[in-house]
Amino acid sequence: MLVINNATVKGRQVNILIEGDRVVSVGKRTRSAKGDVVIDASGLTALPGFIDMHVHLREPGFEYKEDIASGTAAAVRGGFTAVACMPNTRPVVDTPYLVKYILMRAKEADNCRVYPIAAITKGEEGQQLSEMKKLKDAGAVAFSDDGVPVSDSRMMRNALLYAASFSLPVIEHCEDKSLAEGGVVNEGKNSNLLGLPGISRASEDAEIARNIVLAEVYGVPVHLAHVSTRGGMQLIREAKARGVKVTCETCPHYMALTDDEILGFNTMAKVNPPLREEEDRQAVIAAIADGTADCIVTDHAPHSKEDKDNGMYDSPNGISGIETSYAVSYTTLVEGGYISQERLSELMTYNPAEILGVECGRIEKGGLADITLVDNSAEFTVDPSEFASKGKNTPFAGKKYKGVIEYTIVGGKVKYARKEEI
Amino acid sequence: MKDLLQIRGLSPEQIESILSRAGEYFDVVTAGGKPFPKLKDRSVITLFYENSTRTRASFESAAKYLGAEVVNLSVSASSVQKGESLKDTALTLDAMCPDVIVMRHAQSGAPHRLAGWVKAHVVNGGDGLHAHPTQALLDMFTAQRHFGSLNGRTAAIIGDIEHSRVARSNIYAMTLLGMKVKLFGPSTLMPSDMSGMPCTVCSSMREALEGADIVMALRIQLERMKGGLFPSAGEYNKYFGLNKDVMKYANDGAIIMHPGPVNRGVELSHDVLDDPVCIKDIQVTGGLSVRMALLDMLIGGEL
Repeated sequence: MLVINNATVKGRQVNILIEGDRVVSVGKRTRSAKGDVVIDASGLTALPGFIDMHVHLREPGFEYKEDIASGTAAAVRGGFTAVACMPNTRPVVDTPYLVKYILMRAKEADNCRVYPIAAITKGEEGQQLSEMKKLKDAGAVAFSDDGVPVSDSRMMRNALLYAASFSLPVIEHCEDKSLAEGGVVNEGKNSNLLGLPGISRASEDAEIARNIVLAEVYGVPVHLAHVSTRGGMQLIREAKARGVKVTCETCPHYMALTDDEILGFNTMAKVNPPLREEEDRQAVIAAIADGTADCIVTDHAPHSKEDKDNGMYDSPNGISGIETSYAVSYTTLVEGGYISQERLSELMTYNPAEILGVECGRIEKGGLADITLVDNSAEFTVDPSEFASKGKNTPFAGKKYKGVIEYTIVGGKVKYARKEEI
Repeated sequence: MKDLLQIRGLSPEQIESILSRAGEYFDVVTAGGKPFPKLKDRSVITLFYENSTRTRASFESAAKYLGAEVVNLSVSASSVQKGESLKDTALTLDAMCPDVIVMRHAQSGAPHRLAGWVKAHVVNGGDGLHAHPTQALLDMFTAQRHFGSLNGRTAAIIGDIEHSRVARSNIYAMTLLGMKVKLFGPSTLMPSDMSGMPCTVCSSMREALEGADIVMALRIQLERMKGGLFPSAGEYNKYFGLNKDVMKYANDGAIIMHPGPVNRGVELSHDVLDDPVCIKDIQVTGGLSVRMALLDMLIGGEL
């Protein structure tokens, strides 16, 4: 048995007893027996383990950036008990055997749960639907051509209809390529100061609008990835009010940072969609607070030092974000007074689980024992050299946040302990 | 100061000191005196990833007139085309111990990266859409020769602001010397948000030119028509080009400047192009003097 003593759950101090992968009791009474593993969680908050439904584990094909073992080690260090990984690997995950390969490698790594996302179209080329049902039967939980949009609207219509027929979500990267063409940062004050080609908000908003229209006209669900703009959030808010089956996610960097981070030609802050401006950042927070945004994901995009040392034009987009996600979200949103700790669990656990159709941790009798113990009072300075991820690329380096992950428990087993006493 | 990468961040005093030294060189050079052995035994590398005739020739002449050795590297003649990275090139060049590397690159920020890797002084000879500090210095030099003090005067910059590193550097240089800067151009060639820069965006040619002492026309790249940024050279000339008629809005004695090369009959109509009011050719001699002053002062640790 695993016993967690004196943990704070919804404001109460409780002891949590875990047997196998299930929580068997949550209460005041201590019942630890000889041979039990006991965690003293005094001062720590117990939360249902986080689920990041948008990460790039890079394997197969880009193991120099990240692999499934290092990416899931980073995940548990970030408090995540499950991740859903995007298919833009090499080769692209568009065949059942690649889905199975990822599941096999995840099992070998034995860190957190890994849910493969398969491509919407073969090779993410937008020309032909992938074999969605075969992919689902192999273990894929969703479809996405993330990294690129499905630009052809008819192809997207077909993908949404076909995937809906067997209840798997389609996650769309919203970007009108003709509007974004050549851009490397947000189009605005700072792109002008640095003389860098900009990516218009219109690029993201136009595609969000198209996907909402498809979902509305055909009555099918769509999940919109990494929303970064004020206009995009407003479109989604209005669509939800009309009853459109649209859900969306945003990322810690869109709620905490603006494109001021690119000043000095800082490639660590190059990400797609790009970091926007303060009014967008505020709109993202407002959307999180009012329920327009359903999930917080990291879009964890690890890159090597050499990759990111290529200037603003040639460096790849992306932030290695899974090890800072909770602290940035907790500090910005809960400490910032915008949402409760409970709402943060909806964003980081319950809603992603519901959208993907997977079970998540629940700190209640019979619940899945995927649990994260955090110290919300502890502050730390982000130091990428401590990351378990191979990707040290983060614009958060040197910034201070509250919320240190102390333990990550997956299926009743401790997969990460900061002090490593277990 | 180790490098000259951009005008933004310089002080008015630094600019004035360069312009003042340039004035000394200008007088001697135009009087026919050339060799100044001040930079004897020094070396300058020009590293140009973009085609350039005048800027490169200007830097090369400036260095040679000061007695420095000059090595010219251009993209077509070097290993850059073999896929060697900018960093590899930078470290190789730096190992040759040059005193200054002058760089031009199509990507904004490239000289800033170079400056972080090399011990040599880096001078930005134009980076992407971002900055062209020596062009702005020579423009200010030329304007000062014409007007004396620029303090309190007004400049209008006309044309493709979005793609102009010359505009982005001149806005700062002009403002630092006490000028007011107004902009006008097709809205498709105007940055979406100019609020970070000390200038005013005007909605008509007349509004931009009224009160202007200096009218700067920017070169328009005709291939931008293909992307739909403007419909035709003729339409551009009619509504965004400078001619004698629109120059009536500007102050008496206003001058026209152009960073060159001019698309004749597009940015500038023929009636102003060969008029004394257009001082594009004096700008070239000024450029030589400014670059001599800059190399001299940068190497001498005077900035």
